[in-house]
Amino acid sequence: MSRLQKRFEALGAEQRKALIPYITAGDPNPQVTVPLMHALVKAGADVIELGVPFSDPMADGPVIQLACERALVHKVRLLDVIDMVAEFRTQDNETPVVLMGYLNPIEAIGYEPFASAAVAAGVDGVLTVDLPPEEALETSQLFQEKGLDTIYLMSPATSTTRLQQICECGSGYLYYVSVKGVTGSAALNVNEVADKINQVRGMTRLPLAVGFGIRDPESAKAIAEVADGVIVGSVLVNRIAELAESPERIPEQVSQLIANMREAMDA
Amino acid sequence: MSIQNEQTAGQAYPDAKGHFGPYGGRFVSETLIGALEELEEVYEKLSADPAFQAEFDRDLAHYVGRPSPLYFAERLTEKVGGAQIYLKREDLNHTGAHKVNNTIGQALLAKFMGKPRVIAETGAGQHGVASATVAARLGLECKVYMGAEDVKRQALNVYRMRLLGAEVIPVTSGTKTLKDAMNEAMRDWVTNVDNTFYIIGTAAGPHPYPKLVRDFQCVIGRETRAQSLAQIGRLPDAVIACVGGGSNAIGMFHPFIDDVGVRMVGVEAGGHGVATGQHAAPLSDGRPGVLHGMRTYLMEDDAGQILPTHSVSAGLDYPGVGPEHAWLKDLGRAEYVAINDDEALEAFRTLTHVEGIMPALESSHAIAYAIKMAKEMPKDKVLVVNLSGRGDKDIHTVADLDGITF
Ligand SMILES: Cc1ncc(COP(=O)(O)O)c(C=O)c1O
Repeated sequence: MSRLQKRFEALGAEQRKALIPYITAGDPNPQVTVPLMHALVKAGADVIELGVPFSDPMADGPVIQLACERALVHKVRLLDVIDMVAEFRTQDNETPVVLMGYLNPIEAIGYEPFASAAVAAGVDGVLTVDLPPEEALETSQLFQEKGLDTIYLMSPATSTTRLQQICECGSGYLYYVSVKGVTGSAALNVNEVADKINQVRGMTRLPLAVGFGIRDPESAKAIAEVADGVIVGSVLVNRIAELAESPERIPEQVSQLIANMREAMDA
Repeated sequence: MSIQNEQTAGQAYPDAKGHFGPYGGRFVSETLIGALEELEEVYEKLSADPAFQAEFDRDLAHYVGRPSPLYFAERLTEKVGGAQIYLKREDLNHTGAHKVNNTIGQALLAKFMGKPRVIAETGAGQHGVASATVAARLGLECKVYMGAEDVKRQALNVYRMRLLGAEVIPVTSGTKTLKDAMNEAMRDWVTNVDNTFYIIGTAAGPHPYPKLVRDFQCVIGRETRAQSLAQIGRLPDAVIACVGGGSNAIGMFHPFIDDVGVRMVGVEAGGHGVATGQHAAPLSDGRPGVLHGMRTYLMEDDAGQILPTHSVSAGLDYPGVGPEHAWLKDLGRAEYVAINDDEALEAFRTLTHVEGIMPALESSHAIAYAIKMAKEMPKDKVLVVNLSGRGDKDIHTVADLDGITF
């Protein structure tokens, strides 16, 4: 059983929801990332989405674009991110880690070598933002054979036919993008999210996580009531940006945001 | 029929998923898929609709001023002393470049789709101007994203866009040039899909853009073909065009694909020289990857990060290229070469002096290569250069290099 499946089943048994922080690897420097991951887990994170820096993060807002730029100052490559996961695994063999990023850095390594290196390091899943299912026939199969879950996005604009397709090719969990927009957008409508989540429930048994627009304990709690997982990115990355000049404070300060959300979700 | 010819025969490419061989496709976030599917559906319907085609043709004739002339550059030919050089005068179009052919087409699509707001990315500002122009004409709200670096280089076009009622947004992320403007326009589109049409300015991006931009620009090659037959009595031996994202080049090339006797030469921006790495020539010195929704040749480092580009001409300063060019390169049906900044500037001056035609710096790359080629060819051979735009917008850049300030 994959780490993701195990984690979601355990949470389900306790009737708890997954809290999934996103951080960009190497932001604001490569030394911060692994300690921050551990701190997030201690604060109540169930899964970690680790962003792979890319020069042109088209689907992200300014907050994550800047995080990529900060990481790229240190020339953080996909292989370095995989090494960070291996380092994380020396102390934590339970918490699932999903790499989130764009296709080009993966292509630069090659699908097969990437998948082998990722699995060897203890990566559990891959979310490739600019690789929709119709372009992913080759990679999806290869990644799943290697033991990497392939996580796909769904959005408010996704048609019913496509929702079905995505349910069929996804594994690990499904990621519902709550708003029309890029990461860091505001204006989350919980009722609309609930409607869509309920529609998708009828199509799949995969856990459904919701991201984009969750910024505080209240919105985390509201989403936890309708979905299986709550994904939080830009607020954390924003805090990292504020602390970029004093990176030693990042693990404690950023994980505090997660602790607050955990508390609200479990209350 | 050769294999190449069979593979490219007719207008059957891209395939249903937008692939040109291994290139093209639709590599975008799920958040954009719905909008692209809608656009594809509307375009498939309208492109087969004679009424839509008639309205497009009418606008090209009466608003853009087509057909543009095919002009025999007699004094340039004499000076070079080789093959005859003809110029396809896209610089004479309304707004001064080929870009308007495409914006007319896409604005018509926006109108048919009932979208009140259009957005565009721009490098040199020519596409931004062409977008602002059609938006003014149709009464659409228009926002143009432009790299902060280009806003500086192309101040005249920025002011033109503002006069036309468009809002110009300087983009400060990344390298602050065309690719970043495109990222930012995509972000706007994802956020405002319901009321917004994204007018992409070149034959690149996710399917169906490379196809529809090509289709709108093909008027260049179709006219050139007919004019060659009428004026010269035969097809040219080669057609030559500069390649930024590749729209003026594919518009010229595509109608000649099945004419295997016609060489097709795309000229990329060699910047300070391809060997220096400071250029914008992905077909000459790049490798296949995925950016901006398509698989194509890119300038990237070993880790797959997109590299900064350099060209004296803002309109060629792009690390990728339209997928059809990537495919034509691999098939060997088209050749791609690079011309450096210096050579382009010299061609700019030469054409201005001997023909009284001031070319855009983008187009000057094509002129420069045509001059090189013509020198090596006998006098009975014919080259057609796509003169994609006029050079007024570049006067400041050239003056700067001459040390002149106004
Ligand atoms: C006059 C002119 N020619 C060429 C280009 C390059 O674009 P493309 O390769 O799409 O024709 C531009 C782009 O701004 C331009 O303004």
